[in-house]
Amino acid sequence: MISNKQILLLTSLLIFSAASILFSLLSGSVDITLAEIAGSILSAETNLNSQVLHQIRIPRTLAAFVTGGLLALSGAIMQVLLRNPLADPYILGISGGAAVGALSAILLGASGFWLSNAAFAGALFSIFLVFGIANKFGDWSVTRLLLTGVVVSAGWGAVINILLTTSSTNNVQSMLFWLMGDLSQSRVNLAHYLLLIAGLAGGLLLSRSLNVLIRGQLLAVSLGVNVQALRLLLFFSASVFTATAVTIAGSVGFVGLIVPHMLRLLGARDHRFLIPSCILLGGSFLVLADSLARTIVAPQQLPVGVVTAVIGVPAFILILRSTIRK
Amino acid sequence: MATLHIQSLTLEVANKTLCRDLNVQIQQNESWCLLGRNGAGKTTLLHSLIKQRVIDEGSVLLDGTNIADLKQRELARKIGILFQQGIEALPATVFETVILGRHPHLQSLLLDNEKDIEIAEQALAVFELDSLKERPVDSLSGGELQRLALALLLAQTPEIFLLDEPSNHLDVAFQIKLLTVLTDKVREASASLIMATHDINLASRFCDNIILLLEGGEALVGKCSDVLTEENLSKAYGCPIQSVHSGEHRLFYPA
Repeated sequence: MISNKQILLLTSLLIFSAASILFSLLSGSVDITLAEIAGSILSAETNLNSQVLHQIRIPRTLAAFVTGGLLALSGAIMQVLLRNPLADPYILGISGGAAVGALSAILLGASGFWLSNAAFAGALFSIFLVFGIANKFGDWSVTRLLLTGVVVSAGWGAVINILLTTSSTNNVQSMLFWLMGDLSQSRVNLAHYLLLIAGLAGGLLLSRSLNVLIRGQLLAVSLGVNVQALRLLLFFSASVFTATAVTIAGSVGFVGLIVPHMLRLLGARDHRFLIPSCILLGGSFLVLADSLARTIVAPQQLPVGVVTAVIGVPAFILILRSTIRK
Repeated sequence: MATLHIQSLTLEVANKTLCRDLNVQIQQNESWCLLGRNGAGKTTLLHSLIKQRVIDEGSVLLDGTNIADLKQRELARKIGILFQQGIEALPATVFETVILGRHPHLQSLLLDNEKDIEIAEQALAVFELDSLKERPVDSLSGGELQRLALALLLAQTPEIFLLDEPSNHLDVAFQIKLLTVLTDKVREASASLIMATHDINLASRFCDNIILLLEGGEALVGKCSDVLTEENLSKAYGCPIQSVHSGEHRLFYPA
């Protein structure tokens, strides 16, 4: 049932998203006023501030929003697929595979295009590795899938450590930024927007089935859900969302784990609300975190993953506490 | 009208034959009980009827169609099941849970329609859960959870009710209420009922027909009046069982 509370939540999230994007456009080393933002977006001005907006802040803000949205969406899906509150977009080893790809590329001196492609290739390889192993068992049980993912993750972790310990100091700096998540080089294109929109649409179409599946596989079967097909679809779609997100921004932590939980605690348990809410809160949360990451210690920049943890952990604990008190 | 035809069904678990060449025809207005020892295959048999388990040999026909050829959703509109495990206690409200019963019938992708809400609310009322509508499921007692699982099943409005240990956690009053509600539906010929249970007396009071699973994959199938005897039960359970008559009921007890 659509309750007023849920509509209120969704409306607040829309406003929060808009506010976070505006905040991100306003913050930075060059002072740009609201009027300038409006003017620059409405007309094609070519002054310095307009260039900063169009070439740096707007693309970076949009990249943060898309990445955060994809991560939170993927986290919500993984939590249904694995029926485990600790599930996050990275639990099945996708970010580990991407990290090995990205770090190897850094080691070889690649950046930009090749770095992204190496990360994406690593993520894809990891997805099929986990799928292949889980499928080989012929048993798609939650526990097996989870264990397979965790073990593959651990394997990637070892490779990452080897790469870190054997690289030069210069490379290690870039590698650590990648590992913690960093949006300074991030750009998104039409394909990324389309993927996020497809995720929203697909998530909404499946939302009722997700509502049933999260209650358990047996109940879902008895209520007419084709559980095998649905789980396969969830596995691959969440994997692609994660792979894309880490390709854009490295493995930004916490967003995919805590955003869906926060929203569930706030009452958005119904996936018809949880899915759009995740995209909005995940997106705006990362936009906000990135604004802080590039301004707190300016002109230095922090990796955004550090900021998501610094804001996310206390915020989550506060919400957890307030819901327990009821 | 839904009829269920179990044809030469063989089920095996870990090389143990649970039932061999089982043939049962279940009509719309019939109530069946499914009795047998622990591990005799009661749950496995019920699960095989909703395709939760592969059938080793034989087939199950729903209104003449092999269930293997039916979509899960089509099956769920006709057959509903109460699982032995009941409902998991998650932080969702009672109403959010009971409305899931409407899942196989949903017309609209996103919006709930009034009729579904009404059916779900009526189902809650039957099991006296209407006052708990907004309560989180993880705050319910064992008996309340079981009533919620039953309300969900009722909201699913199936034509064939499969019940696996329905009396779990239920007090005597709700056991009788549940079976009265369901057997009323059976009598009105709008449903049939198959109930796996360990409560022989509840089974004999509310069911007219019986599948009694024996050791080694054998089964006795027939009218309760013919099959429910001291001799057959003693054989099935491997311990002596006797009966007494009390008013209109016959009561069984281990000797």
